[in-house]
Amino acid sequence: MYELVDKELVAPDIWKIKVRAPHIAKAYKPGNFVIVLPHERGERIPLTVFDTDEENIHIVFQEVGKSTKLLGKMKVGDQIQDIMGPTGHAFPSQKFGNVVLIAGGVGAATAVPLGKHLHACGNNITIILGARSKNLVLFEKELQDISEKLIITTDDGSYGVKGFVTDALKEILSNEVVDLVLAIGPAVMMKAVSDLTRPLKVKTLVSLNSIMVCGTGMCGACRVGYKDGTVLTCIEGPELDGHMVDWNTLLPRLSMYKEEEAISLSLLDNESR
Amino acid sequence: MPLKDRIPMPEQDPKLRITNFDEVALGYTEEQALMEASRCLQCPNPTCIQGCPVNIDIKAFIGLIQEGKFTEGYYKIKEKNNFPAMTGRVCPQETQCEASCVLAKMGKPIAIGRLERFLADHEMYKPQQIETEKKNHIPVACVGTGPASLAAAANLAKKGYEVHLFEALHLPGGVLSYGIPEFRLPKKIVNHEIMLLSDLGVFIHTDVIVGKTYTLQQLRREFKSIFLGTGAGAPLLLGVPGENLNGIFTANEFLIRVNLMKAYRFPEFDTPIKKGKEVVVVGAGNVAMDAARTARRLGANVTIVYRRSRAEMPSRAEEVQHAEEEGIHMKLLTNPVAFHGKDGWVQSVEVVSMQLGSPDERGRRKPIPIEGSNYEIYCDQVIVAIGTTPNPILKYSTPELLLTPHGNIVVDEQYQTNIPGVFAGGDIVTGSATVIEALGAGKKAAIYIDKFIKGA
Ligand SMILES: Cc1cc2nc3c(=O)[nH]c(=O)nc-3n(C[C@H](O)[C@H](O)[C@H](O)COP(=O)(O)OP(=O)(O)OC[C@H]3O[C@@H](n4cnc5c(N)ncnc54)[C@H](O)[C@@H]3O)c2cc1C
Ligand SMILES: Cc1cc2nc3c(=O)[nH]c(=O)nc-3n(C[C@H](O)[C@H](O)[C@H](O)COP(=O)(O)OP(=O)(O)OC[C@H]3O[C@@H](n4cnc5c(N)ncnc54)[C@H](O)[C@@H]3O)c2cc1C
Ligand code: SF4
Ligand code: SF4
Ligand code: FES
Ligand SMILES: [Mg+2]
Repeated sequence: MYELVDKELVAPDIWKIKVRAPHIAKAYKPGNFVIVLPHERGERIPLTVFDTDEENIHIVFQEVGKSTKLLGKMKVGDQIQDIMGPTGHAFPSQKFGNVVLIAGGVGAATAVPLGKHLHACGNNITIILGARSKNLVLFEKELQDISEKLIITTDDGSYGVKGFVTDALKEILSNEVVDLVLAIGPAVMMKAVSDLTRPLKVKTLVSLNSIMVCGTGMCGACRVGYKDGTVLTCIEGPELDGHMVDWNTLLPRLSMYKEEEAISLSLLDNESR
Repeated sequence: MPLKDRIPMPEQDPKLRITNFDEVALGYTEEQALMEASRCLQCPNPTCIQGCPVNIDIKAFIGLIQEGKFTEGYYKIKEKNNFPAMTGRVCPQETQCEASCVLAKMGKPIAIGRLERFLADHEMYKPQQIETEKKNHIPVACVGTGPASLAAAANLAKKGYEVHLFEALHLPGGVLSYGIPEFRLPKKIVNHEIMLLSDLGVFIHTDVIVGKTYTLQQLRREFKSIFLGTGAGAPLLLGVPGENLNGIFTANEFLIRVNLMKAYRFPEFDTPIKKGKEVVVVGAGNVAMDAARTARRLGANVTIVYRRSRAEMPSRAEEVQHAEEEGIHMKLLTNPVAFHGKDGWVQSVEVVSMQLGSPDERGRRKPIPIEGSNYEIYCDQVIVAIGTTPNPILKYSTPELLLTPHGNIVVDEQYQTNIPGVFAGGDIVTGSATVIEALGAGKKAAIYIDKFIKGA
């Protein structure tokens, strides 16, 4: 059991929680995530470690379905059934040079720790932060602090530039030398970014959000077509080369359990009504 | 006097059992156990014992059943094996102890496994009498909680060590918990036999990935010796086109969802599983049979596809028989070459017919594709059960650990790895094997760990 020690609403339906897990906090490296089992009859879901302190790991998550909604309902002092980790590859400690970091939606929760890490490794960072609308723009301040330049895009134009992150990226790629693009967000966005950079041969990493169960490389749920074969995202990723990912196998896999997820969600809504 | 037949195992009716996840084999009654035991000749030179990888004194425990001394019989087994309720259920007895019984020649060996299970079920919920040496407060770690580590832990605890088990998943038991289905090995029994271990003073830490949460190097600073029983859990894939389509599962994912996460009780449990209507299972080992029978219980029409013939099926004969009784179809000498789908979902398996060629170095006849014999089997779900390999996590963080080219840990005859004080056993050393072999490895490693610590 892992105690929820702090909880804060950072945007509508998006929470930042602190959970007591000193052993995970100590072992954590940027790029790692944890597998969370919210309750005894729950499912195992992956969530990025946003930050740590001596005693706790910090997690930022968006309520999208049953598991995240259950986590969202938990109160300070409540116990989370299980947290395993940290797992996933640590992000390389490398100076790439000019990096464009693209964060879409709740992907910003993963972009912050990776951005801080890239910054600490001496990279020059331009950030493109995209959201549907103004109230969903996450961690502007944190990302501002580590970037040379921060561009905000919103789909509805309520904040920053109206448009998609790819529009902003296109402009940067045509004016500047870029050594690495790191894209974190919805799969369709990461695919669009990869499609854009592929012909230009700009190294592109994406943070894949495959459906996971074990998080330790033994179930194969998170597998994705990669190069000529298949990789397990949980142990070879989550950051992988966007040009190698077979997006045609990844995208349908993400909606494999749509019907079951809807059932879980409606039962939860009935319960709480 | 003519040799009496083996007392059959009472079982759930096939028609009923495919509608539930309750145990198929119901176990002997006292009367049945006494009758089966009475068939044992109490041979002066009992050959059965060598057939058991941990050399249980089979003759003695069956003799005790004959005298009605069930408690004594149970502890006779426990001298050599701490987990008889599990081995009595899942050991491939027909190739081990029972194959070595003198009566096997007549095709009627004593049902040793069933008798072992009978004693365990009869006694395990009673207060246990276990002699342990005085606690020595020397800390020892076992990584993984499958049978190899469980046996190492039990034997080290009995010698007085302070044993800590580390498991990556949220529940202990390894394959016993996440792989072998409820209807063959009820989790209540697994949990109980593991709980008896806690009673010996063993500490179980779940949610800990060694190599990630703690490195092996860190554990080496805290523990006098370490046993690695991490199993061979990483799934193998066929590597044919279309394998990542929706609806195609590795057996591990399918079984983990259903067994460990209890997806068969979705939505009461949150983990979802797809319930197929037409399911193809690729492979013919124990894992394939378990996956097929599980899919059947979720309501599917199931076909097993295997590239060799019946004679080469690696699964236990009993499992194949159970599967067939449950209405599972077998397409033998058939091999998948591609998966076809629509809108991201699998729709058919393209297979090719095979014929058996000359025997390979292991004496198994090599399957050869018959050119031009391709056809499609329509399905909405596929479960790939063609084997597993060692998980690479430990390797990534411990490059100094010596491995075979296949990723198995190399050990000497004392189960020690190339890192002093670090021992290993079970599937991680041998590749996929059996529960009792893993138990045996853990037990023997415990002897050498004790020697290592006392000698140092
Ligand atoms: C490595 C990694 C890191 C992640 N980090 C974060 C994070 O920091 N913050 C955050 O808000 N989200 C993160 N996610 C996504 C998060 O895991 C899903 O939003 C969550 O599992 C949804 O669960 P649910 O039951 O609430 O919703 P559901 O209604 O069950 O699912 C909604 C959608 O989430 C995805 N999903 C469902 N189950 C899983 C699963 N077991 N594993 C992965 N995806 C699943 C599916 O695409 C599904 O359609 C991460 C995913 C991965 C792979
Ligand atoms: C579906 C299925 C059915 C089977 N049926 C039978 C049968 O009927 N009879 C039979 O005799 N055998 C059967 N087997 C084989 C048998 O289960 C195995 O040979 C046996 O479990 C091996 O034991 P083990 O202790 O070596 O490893 P496992 O049982 O695989 O346990 C290893 C454990 O280590 C954990 N682990 C791995 N890496 C780490 C790490 N880095 N840190 C922490 N923990 C880690 C894993 O999560 C796992 O829990 C079956 C196997 C399967 C998969
Ligand atoms: S442990 Fe297995 S092999 Fe040994 S006697 Fe029991 S059933 Fe037979
Ligand atoms: S070999 Fe068979 S008959 Fe003889 S003692 Fe062993 S179990 Fe009994
Ligand atoms: S989540 Fe199980 S292999 Fe990656
Ligand atoms: Mg969910």
